[in-house]
Amino acid sequence: MSFDYDKYIRPGKLPHIWCPGCGHGIVMKGLIRAIDTLGLEKNNTAIVSGIGCASRLPGYLDFCTLHTAHGRAAAFATGVKMAKPEMNVILVGGDGDGTAIGGNHFIHACRRNINMTYIIMNNNIYGMTGGQFSPCTPTGAKASTTPYGNPDPAFDVAKLAIGAGATFVARGTAYHATQIDKLIAEAIQHKGFSVVEILDDCPTTYGRRNKYKSVIEMMNRLKDVAVPVKAAEKMTPEQLEGKIITGVLYKEEKPEYTTEYAKVIERAQK
Amino acid sequence: MAKKVAFLQGNEAAAQGALYAGCKFFGGYPITPSTEVAEVMSVELPKVGGKFIQMEDEIGAMASVIGASLTGAKSLTATSGPGLSLKQELIGYACIAETPVVIVNVMRGGPSTGMPTGPSQSDVMCAKWGTHGDHAAICLTPASVQELFEETVRAFNLAEKYRMPVMVMPDEIVAHMRERIVFPEPGELEVIDRTAPSVPPAEYKPYDTRFGDVPPLAGFGSEYRFHVTGLNKAEDGFPTTKATLVQAEEERQIRKVDANVDDIVQFEEYLCDDAEVAVVAFGSTSRSARFAVNEARKQGIKAGLFRIKTFWPFPEKQIKALGAKVKGIITPEMNLGMCTGEVKRVVEGQAPVTGIFRVDGEPINPGQILEKIKEVK
Ligand SMILES: Cc1ncc(C[n+]2csc(CCOP(=O)(O)OP(=O)(O)O)c2C)c(N)n1
Ligand code: SF4
Ligand SMILES: [Mg+2]
Repeated sequence: MSFDYDKYIRPGKLPHIWCPGCGHGIVMKGLIRAIDTLGLEKNNTAIVSGIGCASRLPGYLDFCTLHTAHGRAAAFATGVKMAKPEMNVILVGGDGDGTAIGGNHFIHACRRNINMTYIIMNNNIYGMTGGQFSPCTPTGAKASTTPYGNPDPAFDVAKLAIGAGATFVARGTAYHATQIDKLIAEAIQHKGFSVVEILDDCPTTYGRRNKYKSVIEMMNRLKDVAVPVKAAEKMTPEQLEGKIITGVLYKEEKPEYTTEYAKVIERAQK
Repeated sequence: MAKKVAFLQGNEAAAQGALYAGCKFFGGYPITPSTEVAEVMSVELPKVGGKFIQMEDEIGAMASVIGASLTGAKSLTATSGPGLSLKQELIGYACIAETPVVIVNVMRGGPSTGMPTGPSQSDVMCAKWGTHGDHAAICLTPASVQELFEETVRAFNLAEKYRMPVMVMPDEIVAHMRERIVFPEPGELEVIDRTAPSVPPAEYKPYDTRFGDVPPLAGFGSEYRFHVTGLNKAEDGFPTTKATLVQAEEERQIRKVDANVDDIVQFEEYLCDDAEVAVVAFGSTSRSARFAVNEARKQGIKAGLFRIKTFWPFPEKQIKALGAKVKGIITPEMNLGMCTGEVKRVVEGQAPVTGIFRVDGEPINPGQILEKIKEVK
């Protein structure tokens, strides 16, 4: 029997705003399957986003949903989680939202190790505003504001998250769709701040400018560059040149923020 | 039983007022001269099972209080000048998403880093015009430690009652001075909580105008599920660009304050009945003004004081009436004419309005005001 996504979609909220071939929808389906696997209760689950095409995701889902301001999802979500630690809090958003304007909130959520899961949809571009370069646009790539090629170096989102203190970091791609739900489910189950970067695509504003002839070509690139962690372990640095490692990249048990704050309350009430 | 009396600093009183009102969440970022509010909240909130968090900046702080409030927790943040500028985008978010939050902003010299420890009254326009777009604003400007306590309680009440951000803006003098304060007993001051939805979850809409201009607000994590956005939204909380809906929603949000000005506006008239010269002042400046008015009376001059307690909405009706009966109005303030401009606007030329402006980090003293009273009479 095919999976029933409708159970989690808000009635009357489709069709979505995403362009044909946009990877964000694939991520949404992965998230839905992960939530289904874990049996998360709708009333007890908040999905929080910033601004951008990716950040439109919560509106389609039948949970407590909070579409905040550009870059601020992690900070709003921190307020929700602190005030109601028993809620599952999931953040979703784009690469620009999370690593440019929201970069500060992102690293501090990692540092606090607050028990939330952040799904970052990295299409290497500011899609919603028409394709300006983001901190995740590869050097040399074309964007509407890098007509001569991007002079900026790009962030490695996973390394950034690990460096900032996130205790679960995974990476998947929109091509490897059946892996997305597994990564997200494992991330949600992890106690602490978990980050799942999904490499996806924006055919409309990135593909077009960077000589991808079709969405299929963009998807094939994701297939070609992705190397699972296990396989990567057996490869030389030369072989890994230009590849992107996928799977669970980092996992660590560390004190979780709301649990630590519960101890603060205990100490204060002594 | 004798009431609890204490010798308290203004910022401490603001924190105590918040706790009295039932505040359960504080998100902040340290900044002089407001930091003591955060410090007291960090001590007291966990004692009552509340949560304190020091965020990475004022934008994050503002975001966290909106998030916490959406779970039903009464939430507070405190800041000063530069921090208020940073909070502005999300103050607008709290306006459009109609989320109750209280912001204590202690006024110091500006713009920019300005004079971090110098008193000022130059953020009152920022309270109304700081965030972009049309929106309603409530801003309270207390003049004593006792009043800072009471007005913080009232700020929470107004935030909950009208589902919007409310600002309490003491100047640095009021926030940092120490005075005797008599703690109200529990139940002595009114404490208002937001209206909870009465419809079954399936029928709930977060902006359901069947219940009036201030629709009931559910909380995340309850049996009610809903969507919140900073986009223009329809009654169900989802984005809309439908012209008639957007217009009606925007107008309703302004109306929440405009139609309830008499419920919100508070002021004090001191010796105004027979006054020929009126001083219109707020915050610590009003204390100098009261002294000057008393001195003027001793010298046979019929002076009075109109003290603004609620700066926004501005006490237009009352100040217009004052303008109709006095020969002149004097507006001392620690900025370059923000209140003066408002007074001129509402008085509409009925009486001359003369400002006394100080932005040198020094308070306006009674002597300065008395001199002006003598000139104007
Ligand atoms: C404060 C602020 N600055 C700028 C914008 C304009 N803006 C909206 S979405 C966006 C970029 C979104 O890019 P990303 O997060 O990568 O999401 P995508 O659209 O690619 O999914 C920008 C710059 C805004 N809404 N708010
Ligand atoms: S512009 Fe790009 S990111 Fe936005 S919906 Fe279209 S394809 Fe997706
Ligand atoms: Mg993007």
